Amino acid sequence: MSHPSPASPLAAPVPPAPAGALKPPRSSSSTRGILIKIALLSIIDAIAVFGLFMLFLQESWIPFAIVLAVTVLVNWIYLTPGWLPAKYLTPGLLFLAVFQIFVVVYSGYIAFTNYGDGRNGTKDDAISTILLTAQERVPDSPTYRVTVLEQFGEYFFLVTDPEGEVSLGSADSPLERVTDFGTDSTGRADSVPGFTTLGFADLLGNQRAITDLAVQVSDDPNDGALRTPDGSNAYLYLSSLSYDAATDTFVDRQGTVYRDGGDGAFVNDSGRELIPGWTITVGFDNFVKAFTTENIRGPLISVTIWTFAFAILSVATTFALGLFLAIVFNKPNMRGKKAYRLIMILPYAFPGFLSGLVWLGLFNEDFGYINQVLFGGASIPWLNDPWLAKFSVLLVNLWLGFPYMFLICTGALQSIPEELTEAATVDGAQPWAVFRLIKFPLLLVSVAPLLISSFAFNFNNFNIIYMLTGGGPRDVSAGVDAGATDILITLVYKVAFGEGTGRDYGLASAFAILIFFIVATVSIISFRQTKALEELN
Amino acid sequence: MTNPFNPAEGAEVSSRLNPAVAGAETAPGESPAPRVIPERRRRGLWFWFRDTGWRHFIGLVMLVFAAFPLLYVLSASLNPTGTLVGSNTLFRTIDFSNYIELFQLPQQPYAAWFINTMVIGLIAAAGTVFLGALAAYAFSRMRFRGRRVGLLTLLLVQMFPQLLGVVAIFLLMSGIGEVFPQIGIGTQAGLILVYLGGALGVNTYLLYGFFNTVPVSIDEAAKIDGASHARIFFTIILRLVAPILAVVGLLSFIGTTSEFVIASIVLTDPQTQTLAVGLYQFVSQETSSNWTLFSAGAVLAAIPVMALFLYLQKYIIGGLTAGSVK
Repeated sequence: MSHPSPASPLAAPVPPAPAGALKPPRSSSSTRGILIKIALLSIIDAIAVFGLFMLFLQESWIPFAIVLAVTVLVNWIYLTPGWLPAKYLTPGLLFLAVFQIFVVVYSGYIAFTNYGDGRNGTKDDAISTILLTAQERVPDSPTYRVTVLEQFGEYFFLVTDPEGEVSLGSADSPLERVTDFGTDSTGRADSVPGFTTLGFADLLGNQRAITDLAVQVSDDPNDGALRTPDGSNAYLYLSSLSYDAATDTFVDRQGTVYRDGGDGAFVNDSGRELIPGWTITVGFDNFVKAFTTENIRGPLISVTIWTFAFAILSVATTFALGLFLAIVFNKPNMRGKKAYRLIMILPYAFPGFLSGLVWLGLFNEDFGYINQVLFGGASIPWLNDPWLAKFSVLLVNLWLGFPYMFLICTGALQSIPEELTEAATVDGAQPWAVFRLIKFPLLLVSVAPLLISSFAFNFNNFNIIYMLTGGGPRDVSAGVDAGATDILITLVYKVAFGEGTGRDYGLASAFAILIFFIVATVSIISFRQTKALEELN
Repeated sequence: MTNPFNPAEGAEVSSRLNPAVAGAETAPGESPAPRVIPERRRRGLWFWFRDTGWRHFIGLVMLVFAAFPLLYVLSASLNPTGTLVGSNTLFRTIDFSNYIELFQLPQQPYAAWFINTMVIGLIAAAGTVFLGALAAYAFSRMRFRGRRVGLLTLLLVQMFPQLLGVVAIFLLMSGIGEVFPQIGIGTQAGLILVYLGGALGVNTYLLYGFFNTVPVSIDEAAKIDGASHARIFFTIILRLVAPILAVVGLLSFIGTTSEFVIASIVLTDPQTQTLAVGLYQFVSQETSSNWTLFSAGAVLAAIPVMALFLYLQKYIIGGLTAGSVK
């Protein structure tokens, strides 16, 4: 294969063409190409500048730096000649880097934190949220007259206090004195240049956001905040908890002290936590918890075993049935073969997520077709008994997967040269021996890589498990929401996003990292076996 | 590697990759000669059964196994009684009221789910094909430092499905949503971007193999005629590899329309959800009383995907046997 020289659209090497016949179309097309390129780059740059602006406002400096660097790099790649491979690889690699590689690395980070319900932000966020949620209206609060203003989607209070002083503040910025404002006939400040004053209809439309808004009176959160129940009068609210930055503690009115307990929350001496907490890195705690806590380790081990069993048995059953059918229908002059094949492909063409749901109805214990009609009204707990549920999942996956194996086995069988069979038959081999000693080994060589990828696919076959049994029947003694048919990936999903039990992103990510290592091990072994790497040149 | 879709060598390769074609070709070659029939008559029915009949018996059993759940759901969708237990007599009545009611449910906007699924599926498939083709072109036609490592990385990335990082994707999308609400959590644009992140890993290898089968001499001839690399790619190579682009696009479309995990955490508002998310909630809440409505929804959802699959089955199966799993 030749090595095309790197050439840019701007400065393509012009070969010494004997006749300049082809030049006109080329130049017009590259002008168009340049215009398209400039247009696309400007769109991307415009989006990037907007993002940079937003990140700048939020003072998120690390993302800001990354977005800036990527934007500069992209512009550099497309505006300078040379680096031709980069011009073609950049779009895909960008997406790959953000949504696949970064995501895996980020999962690794989350696995070492206590990220989860009530542990979602920074400590500062947690402190201000605690103060805010513990706020109560001061009984003898003076009445502050307010006007609600809006700028860039953010709401502000323009406050005229009882002494007539006017100040402006929002959820993020405490009240500050303003001098440039307009007033209405009653002396209430009602406008500031650059801000939009909200009318009555706007107030009604955004009632929730405005009644939830609390504007701190000063930089010290302990001084309290103003809130308005109606959009025109505000009252002073003080937190029933006060925060002391010097000792990093909260004290409530009864004098109970809440200290930073070291695991991302303020706790008092009797162990009561203030909600919310904040995210901290916890080292290997999630892994330690997964492997040593009795009621998590037990389910985790049985889920891991079942994941392997499910993947191996799925491949084995679908391959066995598929191969059997391939042999049965590998008869040259059999009639109706095409019709059989067409109908047998149907389960494979049917959308995967729907199959689980359809079988869910068929297997229903009280009303389903299988119990009501095939078993004459029996109530066999197909999906509610741990072992029967495992059997049902495998049966449904057999239904889904055998057409694929049937197709690849048919293809592989037909690619085996007929002479081999003939030669063996001439030598006196029986049909079974021909199959076992000649055809089957040859077939295995060509389908082995597909069996491995089928194993990898079933190892994370979320849809069939989640749609059919939801992982159930649930193991009630388990400390996590795990059931008899849960595989690792459904466990991750349920621990992270399950309803009922709290969301624990840290533990879920620790499980995901575990899957990652298992898959990596399996793929390294299978790569060695199939020698796929050697085909790369 | 040979080109399964090149007409010149297509017959040989497609028979290897694609059993459907293979079957069609072996059959006429060894079609039953007239003299087979008297032989069969002479040996009688028992011989016929031992030779061929039992195969038909197995075939019939498999037909029932394969087709029954699909017939069942079709029958349920035409049954106006509404419940699971009422669906147990197959094809007792034929009535399309479920299909009409399906589009009038206030809580479950089926029409919106259907359109969302098609739009997300089509855009993600088009994007996947485009990104994959760009990368495959670079890997197949250019030699550069890091090429081998790049291919190796793609091969490895292929082993790790995106749903492993579902927690991180959720938190990342929440973070993006604070800066860019237009592509953050809860938006379809954000979901499409996440799907495009999986584009390179899954399909580039398939595309790369196919790009290699297009002779380099074509590129060279075009280059001598003065075509730029972009022109060679867009007007020559992309046309020659159109069949594999169709395969990758279809596989991506089918995969996207069935995807549940990421769609369920990114799309929160029922109006923006896809069929997989919507229909799952539809059934998981009240399986038995919603059953016939669900069946109607399932039949409608399955028709486009199955039609595409069956219409282009020989290409898809060729692609599948070349190493991709549905």
